[in-house]
Amino acid sequence: MTRSSARWLALAVALLALATLPFWMIGDYYTNIASQILYWAIFALGLNVLVGYAGLVSLGHAALFAMAGYTAGLVLEAGHGHILAIVLGLTASVATSAVFAVLALRSTGIGFLMITLALGQIVWGIAYRWADLTHGDNGVVLHGYPRPFGLGIDTPTGFYYLTFLFFLLALASMTIFVRSPFGASLRGTRDQARRMTALGYNVWLIRFFAFLISGLWAGIAGLLFVYYNQFISPQIVALQTSAEVLLMVISGGTATLLGPIAGAAIVVIMKNVVSAYVERWNLVLGVIFVAIISFMPEGLVPGSIRLWKMGWRALLTRKKALPNTGAPPS
Amino acid sequence: MTALGVNRLCKSFGGLRVTANVNLDIAAGERRLIIGPNGAGKTTLFNLITGELTPDSGSITLFDHDITKTPSRRRPHLGMARTYQIITLFPRDSILRNVTLGLLGLSDLRWSPFHDLARQQHLVDDAHEALKRVGLTHIAERPLAQTSYGERRRVEIAMALAQKPKVLLLDEPFAGLSIDERRDVKELLLTIPRDVTMVMIEHNMDVALDFADRITLLHFGEVIVEGTRAEVVDDPRTREVYLGH
Repeated sequence: MTRSSARWLALAVALLALATLPFWMIGDYYTNIASQILYWAIFALGLNVLVGYAGLVSLGHAALFAMAGYTAGLVLEAGHGHILAIVLGLTASVATSAVFAVLALRSTGIGFLMITLALGQIVWGIAYRWADLTHGDNGVVLHGYPRPFGLGIDTPTGFYYLTFLFFLLALASMTIFVRSPFGASLRGTRDQARRMTALGYNVWLIRFFAFLISGLWAGIAGLLFVYYNQFISPQIVALQTSAEVLLMVISGGTATLLGPIAGAAIVVIMKNVVSAYVERWNLVLGVIFVAIISFMPEGLVPGSIRLWKMGWRALLTRKKALPNTGAPPS
Repeated sequence: MTALGVNRLCKSFGGLRVTANVNLDIAAGERRLIIGPNGAGKTTLFNLITGELTPDSGSITLFDHDITKTPSRRRPHLGMARTYQIITLFPRDSILRNVTLGLLGLSDLRWSPFHDLARQQHLVDDAHEALKRVGLTHIAERPLAQTSYGERRRVEIAMALAQKPKVLLLDEPFAGLSIDERRDVKELLLTIPRDVTMVMIEHNMDVALDFADRITLLHFGEVIVEGTRAEVVDDPRTREVYLGH
């Protein structure tokens, strides 16, 4: 079997497992955990466009995630329908991304990180303090779900399939994006911005569009989050959310397609499953992150591939080194 | 016809004047060599011409069009390409991908998030053609990180040539090369047709003098000597500030 066909087979098995998950997973609780992993993975994939492919580390993405959720919640609260809520939610998220991008792209590196952090905190401040609009700490409560194409998503299985559909869309679009000319241009701006300008690229505009794409997927994940929880509060806009999703991307492996998904799975499982058995689950999560950064600085997915290749090579070398006496084993 | 004109160009960094009333009139098809001691302002002049730096005063023309206020990113679209003194390539990509990026920069396709770049056969073919010119076709798929310094220099030139420039600015293309590599690069530069105007900064006079139609000597940001090879080499000011006695 060639490496390429093995990769396709692994992908097919993984997708089949995810597509049939509600049928073999024990209980709704774990189906819900899977839904959470998938929408956090969508969020992490979106952030990875900036962190991995543009080399721009954002600590304000929770604001873009929450902007969609808050807008949808408030539109529904005002008595409008789900379609308007979703459209306005995504519009708000992309528009906020545009404002963030215009302000933050004046800088790169630590400057970009600090500006996104500050902008994220401003949105958190609005969510927390502008109580007339956002209800402050009480948050916004949703009542009910949309019924896309007449299908119910108010059950764990129904919601899982909705999330799975968007996860597939995110994964497919990222796969196409990475191979596209725009994806190559974006990576070029990460590696040699000066050279890219000298080659005729508009580096600022490429980064701006990347920010919008990233914000769009953050918004989609934010909508899934708010429909899943039927609630959103300033807690989700806080720095901790931005840091958590950034950790998902970095620990899984930046500039990879599977890395952010693996990172999302680790964090969600630690928070929801391991915390039921280990009181100090935060400590365990911290140890896992330290171990990943120490032994696989490139992230869990590319690091595991590297270790696998090293092990395989060592095994082959050992096999070759064994003397062949021709005598049958005793 | 003047391919590249620089008129009374000035640039200062704080109190340090790095370009002082520089005038250049480079004819279409000409090979111009810019020389001068370290710190003479040669690379700064290139950065001003390509728009990476904004001049304090003066103007730059490309085929008689004023490009002084044209953004740096637009100048390659007008036919200007450059190489860098310090190699500035994409180390995570293959040689072929590096050159393809050079071609993509001038294509509207660069904005597309939907096409598969590897399947854009016209870009791949053009990139191979550029690599053929610099003799790197046989290692086109090799990651740049696994190439020698001399090969990277040639990739720099291939990237610039792939853009089919009308004016090519070469910033020390022989820097750090072995004798054999220098010979190869020199032969390569001599094969570039005369419809490309070339301006080169170079310290290695053995290889550079053969290349030049005219030479400009810069010193403390000022043009102090300009003329044919013989005129510049024979000028006592050239010996005083650059060649030595």
